[in-house]
Amino acid sequence: MDSYNKLINDLAPRKFGKRGTIWTTFLIIIIIIGLIAYIDQIIKGQVVTNMRDYALWGIYISNFVFFIAISFVGSVTVAVLRLTNNSWRTPLVRIAEIISLAAIDMAGITIMIDMARPDRLLNLFIHARLQSPITWDVIIVPTSIVLSFLLLYFPLLPDLAILKKHFKKTKPTFSKWYGKLALNWTGSKAQKALQEKSIRIIAILIIPVGIILQTIDAWLFSTTYRIGWDSTNMGAYFISGAFVAGIGALVTLMYVIRRVRRLENYITDYHFDKMGKFLGLACLTYLYFNINEYLIPIFTAPVEEDIHLDSLVSGEYAPLFWFAQIVGLLLPLLILLFNKGRKPGAMFIIGLMVVIGSWWKRFIIVTPTLLHPFLPIEGVPESWHHYFPSMHEWLITVATLAMALLIITLFVRYLPVIPIQRTAEEQGLSKTSKIVES
Amino acid sequence: MEENNKKTRRKFLDKGLKLGLVSAIGGIGLAKLSSKLSANTKKESTETIELMTTDGTLIKVDSSEVVEVEHSQDHEVKYNVREGMPNRKFVMVIDLAKCKNALKCVSACNKHHYITGENAWLKVHKMQESKDTAPYWMPRTCMHCDQPACVTVCPVDATFKRRDGLVLIDNERCIGCRFCMAACPYSIRVFNWSEPGQEITLNMGHVMGIEEPMKPSPEYAGRPSLKGTVDKCDFCPHTIQNNELPHCVTACPNGVFYFGDKYEDTVTNGEETLRLGQLLEDKAGYRLLEELGTAPSVYYLPPVDRLVDFEDGLENYKEFESVEKPE
Repeated sequence: MDSYNKLINDLAPRKFGKRGTIWTTFLIIIIIIGLIAYIDQIIKGQVVTNMRDYALWGIYISNFVFFIAISFVGSVTVAVLRLTNNSWRTPLVRIAEIISLAAIDMAGITIMIDMARPDRLLNLFIHARLQSPITWDVIIVPTSIVLSFLLLYFPLLPDLAILKKHFKKTKPTFSKWYGKLALNWTGSKAQKALQEKSIRIIAILIIPVGIILQTIDAWLFSTTYRIGWDSTNMGAYFISGAFVAGIGALVTLMYVIRRVRRLENYITDYHFDKMGKFLGLACLTYLYFNINEYLIPIFTAPVEEDIHLDSLVSGEYAPLFWFAQIVGLLLPLLILLFNKGRKPGAMFIIGLMVVIGSWWKRFIIVTPTLLHPFLPIEGVPESWHHYFPSMHEWLITVATLAMALLIITLFVRYLPVIPIQRTAEEQGLSKTSKIVES
Repeated sequence: MEENNKKTRRKFLDKGLKLGLVSAIGGIGLAKLSSKLSANTKKESTETIELMTTDGTLIKVDSSEVVEVEHSQDHEVKYNVREGMPNRKFVMVIDLAKCKNALKCVSACNKHHYITGENAWLKVHKMQESKDTAPYWMPRTCMHCDQPACVTVCPVDATFKRRDGLVLIDNERCIGCRFCMAACPYSIRVFNWSEPGQEITLNMGHVMGIEEPMKPSPEYAGRPSLKGTVDKCDFCPHTIQNNELPHCVTACPNGVFYFGDKYEDTVTNGEETLRLGQLLEDKAGYRLLEELGTAPSVYYLPPVDRLVDFEDGLENYKEFESVEKPE
């Protein structure tokens, strides 16, 4: 009994402390600033960005690709670890699901920010043409949002019922809401069977949907004739990149949430070690596709592609390219080989490196290609030969990142980040589950 | 066997009934139609009328047989901007041997399309593939590809391919995703990043005697341009319809541009009219980035036997400007 109550106490949502309040206010302020910048962009047009006719896509698109990549973590950790029966996943899955949902939501918003005529959004449905990769995105992104939401929601039901009980006296309004959201969960056999089955179906569905989502994202680029995009490697390359970025984000947040919520007893060194190995595998896969993408073309690259590769390896984009490759991929891989490298503190740093590296990697995928067209860039102002985001673009992009973090923060605030019911069952507190049932 | 028989009988009956029904309806229809047709010729007359047939012979026809031709306005009503002009296929030939970077084509295009941005739709590139090959001037319009990459990727059918070969843009539908610009291997598309600010240039159009309403039309790109949408060379269907040549063709002092109809196998630069097939064969015409399979409608004649030195064009060359700013 005691241990069960302690468990609930540990895992139940808790009010923001001082730091939590400051953090949330900080995020909201950034979002408001971004919103103002976006309204200004709508009024003046995208002339406020540094995108121009050659660099026609910028960080809005690379940020979109980044969010899509991060959202892959739901498919990978939750669905794959679930189907392969890796029981150590329990304390991590909900965090992964939350990240997934936040990221895919923000991906949907980010791509609309890049539209110069958001007032014509409905045209995407009214005049939709199935041959355009953008239409594929219009189909797959909402599908992923729904599935990610359900994958988060269904396993939550028993926990919500527990929370309803837990907060009955202390916070009646909360209790009421948890009760409503729990959809009359009683934990009866029939309900459990139904829930199990639903989760299994979604866990299986989300794997192909996740892979399709990443692939379509890659096809946005590889369906064009552009040097550096017109590559058959693109789909697999993006999937493996998403594998890395997603796990990186999960590792980072695991560490932060563990510290803030003092969950050291639940998310242990063992989990970080496991995730470290998992991330190592992801990095190796990504390295393989990077070699395919950048090293092998050197042998047969036509002149235009040579120019493009040169600018990445030793030219204008070399600092960013090598930053993304070394800090975002090679160094983490190296550190993860050591036992000490997979301890929580080290893993947090690695996670950060991977996530930041992944963000810039997408910039490197989008921008240089656009500035290496087949015909020379002529007859346009000198500044159009280069691209670096404008203040508006930074403010808006940082606001989307803040919004993703805010969604995650709010979920962590109001939901149990570690599944209570499952943890209780796994720790053999089975007696207590009866109490819940009653 | 019996079963089978029954089935065929039933089928026969079924078909017979349907046939009967159809012929009954058809009969009524025919009767009505004939009564309508005969309505005009009811008044009896014995007068005849002389008419000339198309080959010039005179014939006599009973005046009661003569019916006024109803001038159907079908042509105008049914003219579909997305279908284009029937039975035509527009092509352009650009003779690189004649181009000396006079840039008259660029300024004419800028003027007639009221271009206010910093990137002209029609540009003349200074080309030199490698150190060891000769430099030359290459005017570059929209290629109006037969396999247009831009049209394939457009999610809303805002840019479209017509039967007459033109690739045009419906600026009132474009959502501004710029995927078409990313897809175009010739980088010819231009975006309205801000409000185009054409008040002055459009007013000048009024002064120039253009009175038509300034409603955006795919057939007259740039009049006006719309913020947040894509623009590009439209091959000037608005001049073609007046039996005139596109602005760049008429503006060129050196006769570089030939415009014409592939079905008629004819192209003209305003001074001479040539057979397209013969011209391409004689001068070894080629298309830009043929290997991509975009099948452009613009052909290039290689810069051989040039009339002018490449260097002559350098005095007009501006690396960072293609649209002159009003003073």
